[in-house]
Amino acid sequence: MTSSLRFRAAVVSIVLFAAFLGIWHLATRSTGAVGNMSPEYAKLMGLTATQGKSAMPGPLDVGAKLWEHLRQPFYDNGPNDKGLGIQLGYSIARVGLGYLLAVIVAIPLGFLIGMSPLISKALDPFIQVLKPISPLAWMPLALYTIKDSSVSAIFVIFICSVWPMLLNTAFGVAAVRKEWINVARTLEVGTVRRAFTVILPAAAPTILTGMRISIGIAWLVIVAAEMLVGGTGIGYFVWNEWNNLSITNVIIAILMIGIVGMLLDQILARFTRMVTFPE
Amino acid sequence: MTDKFISIEGIARRYPGAGGGETTIFEDLWLSMKRGEFGCVIGHSGCGKTTVLNILAGLDQPSEGAVIVDGQAIEGTSLDRAVIFQSHALLPWRTVLGNVAYAVTSKWRNWDRAKVKAHAQKFIDLVGLTGSEHKRPSELSGGMKQRVGIARALSITPKIMLMDEPFSALDALTRGTLQDEVRRICLETGQTAFMITHDVDEAIYLADKIFLMTNGPGAVLAEIVENPLPKDRGRIDLHRHPLYYALRNHIVDFLVSRSKTFAATVTDYDPRNVPVVRPGKPELVVAAEAEDSIEASWPSVARPSTSA
Repeated sequence: MTSSLRFRAAVVSIVLFAAFLGIWHLATRSTGAVGNMSPEYAKLMGLTATQGKSAMPGPLDVGAKLWEHLRQPFYDNGPNDKGLGIQLGYSIARVGLGYLLAVIVAIPLGFLIGMSPLISKALDPFIQVLKPISPLAWMPLALYTIKDSSVSAIFVIFICSVWPMLLNTAFGVAAVRKEWINVARTLEVGTVRRAFTVILPAAAPTILTGMRISIGIAWLVIVAAEMLVGGTGIGYFVWNEWNNLSITNVIIAILMIGIVGMLLDQILARFTRMVTFPE
Repeated sequence: MTDKFISIEGIARRYPGAGGGETTIFEDLWLSMKRGEFGCVIGHSGCGKTTVLNILAGLDQPSEGAVIVDGQAIEGTSLDRAVIFQSHALLPWRTVLGNVAYAVTSKWRNWDRAKVKAHAQKFIDLVGLTGSEHKRPSELSGGMKQRVGIARALSITPKIMLMDEPFSALDALTRGTLQDEVRRICLETGQTAFMITHDVDEAIYLADKIFLMTNGPGAVLAEIVENPLPKDRGRIDLHRHPLYYALRNHIVDFLVSRSKTFAATVTDYDPRNVPVVRPGKPELVVAAEAEDSIEASWPSVARPSTSA
């Protein structure tokens, strides 16, 4: 029954996708010659004026361009003309680095907050004030102090992914069942061993959920951050293609951002499943 | 006295009350047990039974008094005192073997893997879980989970086994088999055990000494009942023993009425010398009186043959 449900869902998905492409195609197709004009004038004006074609690229244009990009993802023709693969690579590297730094800071600090009511109460006001700040608001300060746009982008990723991880780790650690802690206590398990053998596995699903939220936010923020800092990355690519008025490339970039975001989320989802235990 | 293996000496537990005062759960509690004895505490909810057990385990501290085990005052938890939790408290991300091995490695930190595994296996076999070593707690029934809990507690070869209503969450059939297991293991190994229960029959079957506590707050240990039934008693024909109903009625009578009125009616109560009673034995007046009064008001209760 489940496989048939899955099959039927896939059919509906494909039908919806086909309908979307069809409508898109119909809405952007050429309507034929608009009027008589000299061929030279027509050439200057382009298809939009002469054939009644929409300024929006159709699915066929996007598909052709996408194929071009996929065939050559890593070409490098100078600062403003790099392959999509290279641009995505820069973005993923920045996200990866900022995220890793956030993991290194947030998880031990979250443990401390979760285990010590004193630290928890003492740090709470800072977290409450810092958490709602838009990560991009840090950008000028980061650029001023770090003086390097690429590192600033990494800092922005760090600052935006640290909060969900920190709060989830603290919550997960504080919510570990008392009886499991008591088991460790009656077995005279030391603090460090208790942290690794009882608290960490018990809190792991909550921690991983925080990490999953963080990677989503980090991937959202990197596009905006790269639009600001420029140079490289998928966010810069989007802005650069906007300046080139290449809507086709903008659409392709949007699609790629979506796909990479989904993959990152799926990777974390898989890790979450690995540490989740049934009770 | 030298034969006190466990000696609870004048402990009290108080919690800060609502109006700035203190609520005393119990105070001036004295209790002792010999090595190899099985003690059961019976009392109504809120009399501080669990608190007494937690203090014995070292999970809780008494507000006053001390607990001495094997000649030493206890400080915090210890591998000498294993706890079987009511909710079994297995680590769900570990297998059966993993849960027991966790306890084994906690006690013998420098043992290698094979030795730990062999030792853990021995106790898994002992509780009858051979073949389920690699299952996770979520795949086990309630009774099997509690067996793992027992194996884990026994695997560290504790001086005392502490049980907080270990079978109360199980169905009657499973409870019975597990009681048999616990009794067999305790008799075979000479394990000293201290258990909390609500179940009068469980206490009669398992315990050598039954500690009756009055209702809290301000609960006291009213009396110590020595189990007059023979050591080789079986669960099946327990109720056919001539002393069974005398004992059972004595305890039930205490729980039903005397636990409430104890403080008001007994004036010469000395917490350091709690009366010891052996129901059914002629030399004991208290027990005989209790039996008589019940028999007079409800004669059928005293006839074992009819309710068997």
